[in-house]
Amino acid sequence: MNAALPFFLDHIWLIPLFPLATAAAMLFFGRRLRNDAVSGLCVGSVFLSFIFSAGAFLQLLAMRADERIVSKVLFDWLPAIPYHTLDGRLTNFVADWGFQLDPLSAVMILVVTGVGLLIHIYSTGYMAHEGGYYRFFGYLNLFMFSMLMLVLANNLLLLFVGWEGVGTCSYLLIGFYFHKRSASDAGKKAFIVNRIGDAGFLLGIFMTSALLGTIRFSDIGPALAAGHFALGDPRITAMALLFFVGATGKSAQIPLYVWLPDAMEGPTPVSALIHAATMVTAGVYMVARTNAIYQLSPSAMAVVAGIGGVTAIFAASLGVAQNDIKKVLAYSTISQLGYMFLACGVGAFAAGIFHLMTHAFFKGLLFLAAGSVIHALSGEQDMQKMGALAGKIRRTWLTMGAATLAIAGVPPLAGFFSKDEILGRAFAYSRVLWLVGWITAGMTAFYMFRLFFLTFHGQSRVDHEAEHHIHESPNSMLVPLMILAVLSVIGGWIGIGGRFEHFLDPVVARAAGRAELAAPAEAAASETVLMLASVAIGLAGIGLAWFLYIKRTDLPEKMAASFGAAYRAVYHKYYVDEIYDAMFVNRAKDLGLALGSFDENIVDGLGVNGAGWLTRVTSRLSIWWDTWIVDGSVRLGATLVWLLNLPARLIQVGLVQAYMLFIVLGLIGFLAYYFHLMHAVAR
Amino acid sequence: MAASTIAPDYYLLLSLALFTIGVIGVLTRRNVIVVLMSIELILNAVNINLVAFSRYWGSVDGQVFAIFVITDAAAEAAVGLGIILAFFRNRETVLADEMDMLKW
Repeated sequence: MNAALPFFLDHIWLIPLFPLATAAAMLFFGRRLRNDAVSGLCVGSVFLSFIFSAGAFLQLLAMRADERIVSKVLFDWLPAIPYHTLDGRLTNFVADWGFQLDPLSAVMILVVTGVGLLIHIYSTGYMAHEGGYYRFFGYLNLFMFSMLMLVLANNLLLLFVGWEGVGTCSYLLIGFYFHKRSASDAGKKAFIVNRIGDAGFLLGIFMTSALLGTIRFSDIGPALAAGHFALGDPRITAMALLFFVGATGKSAQIPLYVWLPDAMEGPTPVSALIHAATMVTAGVYMVARTNAIYQLSPSAMAVVAGIGGVTAIFAASLGVAQNDIKKVLAYSTISQLGYMFLACGVGAFAAGIFHLMTHAFFKGLLFLAAGSVIHALSGEQDMQKMGALAGKIRRTWLTMGAATLAIAGVPPLAGFFSKDEILGRAFAYSRVLWLVGWITAGMTAFYMFRLFFLTFHGQSRVDHEAEHHIHESPNSMLVPLMILAVLSVIGGWIGIGGRFEHFLDPVVARAAGRAELAAPAEAAASETVLMLASVAIGLAGIGLAWFLYIKRTDLPEKMAASFGAAYRAVYHKYYVDEIYDAMFVNRAKDLGLALGSFDENIVDGLGVNGAGWLTRVTSRLSIWWDTWIVDGSVRLGATLVWLLNLPARLIQVGLVQAYMLFIVLGLIGFLAYYFHLMHAVAR
Repeated sequence: MAASTIAPDYYLLLSLALFTIGVIGVLTRRNVIVVLMSIELILNAVNINLVAFSRYWGSVDGQVFAIFVITDAAAEAAVGLGIILAFFRNRETVLADEMDMLKW
């Protein structure tokens, strides 16, 4: 039906299929392949996906701005099932294997395949000496497939398929070192926590289907318009909040963020790809994708913005006291995701997606560079045992420096543009949210430079053993680092002058006419001041980090000692894991134990054992009846016969001479009787 | 009638004595061969009876019968000894009180 479309746009459905094909190949033949064959296949398929994505993106750019939506339905998935919507219309439930490419998904596939390709290349170096090489790349490709399905799906149900697929791959890859107890536990935790969010998402899909009668993205907007829903309709709010529950799970927002720090148990490329650049941003993508629904519900938007802001500052405060280099980055990711939700909540969906993209560059780079550091130090992750590495692994230091500056919001690097955009829109929406975001920006700069200084500068605290083995990573790891470093530096420039926003306008502004959330004039007036303020607090954070971790290295310990309680609370992550354990995990275990004891005592005890007891009692009765009545009557018959044959038995002695005697006696008796009769006759 | 004839009563008494000895032998002796020999005594007691009455009545019928009985006794001894031999091969005994398998 899209015969007139250019080649790449007509073949967007191939983009997810390349990695799926190699994932299947790894499943069936991976064990038999050599490592370089595995890398060739798996990296090659992602490279093909990237070429097709880039081609599709360019061909989409060539189209007129208001026509930039391409949809390609492969085939029906579920046949049309008629049902009634809540307002009584008869409609068909339709879900198909359909792909939709519009500016939003075009940005996403470029980020996913681009960053994904770099991380695949990096992994060929990083995982070279690990067991299960083919298994790792198989999972990684399966993840790429799921993630691309997620962003290319043209309806909510197919999006959910990808959503669950990435969750499964996340589970598999977090638990990649499954022989390690902590890794398999972390995998389970991620999976279970995500289930809670996914239940909300699924309910949201049901509600959309029941209320709007469609789950196809391109039909949701018209259905909303046709439904004449009032601004702030409670049903729309409920729907939006259910979607957001799903987003908090996948994108690690309060209250479901607890799985992400533990997810760092996975190999570092996984942390970079799944838990920084792509999967965790799926929630943001989903909110942006369903923005038409959110824009009808100011209260849901406020919840999204509030949760995003609180998560941003909360996670940033946790990042300050962590010593594990990957844990700091994990909390930083949660915090940055909070930023993206803050952006979506204040109506700046494009800014959220923009930050998603720049974040994918610099956070992916941070993780990969951290992986390079860990690689150099033979697996050491504790920043207390690093320091003064700048000269020894110079290229890693350079690229990590670029990423750290980018996330700290130093102009003109990528993070500055996207963060500034978000803060500007937040200021127009609410001064409080802006203040939260602003302080978070300072904290981000502080903890990121704390990480940077502790790792690369100051005194070396590296173990003597590891000191000898410090080496720069191979080129397969360094080249992706450099490409990402370049992107972290220049990636923000495409947002200059609102180009990025205009590109996304067809997707996110379609329903914006109904809810004017921002006041552009006011925002424009204070833009310069806000920009200066955010740069200032970023620099202040960097300065503080420099002062504490380079100049006066004795101070942090003293401060930790003098704010003992507060420091301990932060160090123990506000005891949130413990509180969740006490409130939910152990209660769920209690419920399980209670059900178990019900099973043991009532079902097994009363039911099964009772039935067993009853059977034993009836069988005893039956045995008694059998022994005494049935067998008894048989024995009675035998006994009677035995009694009756007593005289016969007495003469059967078994000795031949005894029988002879009886014959003789009988003969004598007979003769005696005979003579007696003769005598009587004679008389 | 010849004067030197002996009255039949004596023959009968001799026959009775032989018969009684034979019966007692059959009933009391443990060895089956002796039992067989006792049976010969009984048969010969009968023969005496037969011959005595044959003479008494002047008829040869009784003597013919006696010869039959002797023939019969020979056959009986052959069969009886055969049975005893076969039995001995199985049970290694010729004692009548150990032949107790008629009552199991």
